[in-house]
Amino acid sequence: MTTASASSPTRLAPTEVVQPLWVRVTHWLNALGAILMVLSGWRIYNASPIFGFRFPESITLGGWLAGALQWHFAAMWLLAVNGIAYLALNAVTGRARRRFLPLLPRQFVADLGAALHGHLSHDDPARYNAVQKAAYVGATALLVLMVLSGLVLWKSVQFPVLRTLLGGYESARVVHFLAMCALVVFFVVHVVMVVRVPRTLRTMLIGH
Amino acid sequence: MNPNGSPRTGLSQADRKGLIKDADRLLTGPARRLFLGRGLTLGGLAMLTGCSVTDSKTAESLLMAVSRFNDRVQAWLFDPKQLAPTYPESMITRPFPFNAFYGIERVPLVDAAGFRLKVGGRVQQPGSWTLEQLASLPQQQQITRHICVEGWSAIGQWGGVAFAHFLDRVGADLTSKYVGFKCADDYYESIDMPTALHPQTLLTLSFEGRTLPRPYGFPMKLRMPTKLGYKNPKHIVEIFVTNDYPGGYWEDQGYNWFGGS
Repeated sequence: MTTASASSPTRLAPTEVVQPLWVRVTHWLNALGAILMVLSGWRIYNASPIFGFRFPESITLGGWLAGALQWHFAAMWLLAVNGIAYLALNAVTGRARRRFLPLLPRQFVADLGAALHGHLSHDDPARYNAVQKAAYVGATALLVLMVLSGLVLWKSVQFPVLRTLLGGYESARVVHFLAMCALVVFFVVHVVMVVRVPRTLRTMLIGH
Repeated sequence: MNPNGSPRTGLSQADRKGLIKDADRLLTGPARRLFLGRGLTLGGLAMLTGCSVTDSKTAESLLMAVSRFNDRVQAWLFDPKQLAPTYPESMITRPFPFNAFYGIERVPLVDAAGFRLKVGGRVQQPGSWTLEQLASLPQQQQITRHICVEGWSAIGQWGGVAFAHFLDRVGADLTSKYVGFKCADDYYESIDMPTALHPQTLLTLSFEGRTLPRPYGFPMKLRMPTKLGYKNPKHIVEIFVTNDYPGGYWEDQGYNWFGGS
């Protein structure tokens, strides 16, 4: 592990690796997989909308339902395999514990208040504030929920326990859709924050 | 069983040229031609990768390869003993939706008295069956969820002959890979042998206790709660057992062949 110790209070030297290579690779593969899944998923949704609207077809992927399904059921392998690799490497290297723990509710509330007033510092990219921790852990949890609810939609007969936990096939459809909505909200906020703190993009591209 | 398929139009001039240039390759099979014509959002591809139509075709064949891989994964995941959930009569969806690749006014009219189900291929007793003969076989009922590839689902009640029993009666070679179906509305379909032998796979002759109505597939429909709607052929006129991949109406246009749930 080349990551600087998260407990270090001092600012990092510019060459110190903030995001190790495996984090950068899994991050961008995940971004690609998630974007393909969401855009093709919108086209699949349009075939039989749950709610009273459709996504504009020009922003969907696949052209028609069969094409969208092919994209969706190909990109799912990228998303799932890459996601498992990301979680496993986090566990093995201890990065998850160092970067995301402790995640204290009180600190989250304080940091959220500071963030909303524009006072939250992102000076040290090696340390996440509590809002960042919650956002990244939350996005990861959403992706896990999307994969599990997606499994119920794809193979509802073969995964009876999962199907029951999600309240049945029709309920899993709604869960899958709402988790997508939450993930899109994360994506928008994430991109806005990267624009505001461009240094984070650099760490995710070249590591430091 | 009708995947909503509005073809995408609006290829750019460059895309059109690219497509025409490769026309002879595309004409090697109707399936490929249809899939390419309808299956790609070129705009979406270009937006993501900025690639040309040539790369789109690479993407298309890659996607087809993944779909074949997904067939194998689904066959591996398929548990022949795992039953689809069943429901009480109070949960039946009424009216049960009509769905086909044509409107309800074009549902085929099959003459019951003159009807003969043709059975052939790798079976010991090829021949034909009247509806009376099929009705005299042991019947079962099921109330299960029909899941459409479009995403919606509906609960219905079907009755008929356990397909495993029927295959046994005609002496089907159960080591064969596929069971194929030809239908009165020119639909065609094929399934894997393990699904054909699943205890909930029914050669259905009735719906909610009455003779299978025309819109729902008279004279018979193969009902498989372990597969998506489009895999369940209606208006069946011929059943054959084979080792040669027969394809299917939607599958030949790009839908996944295993189509299991």
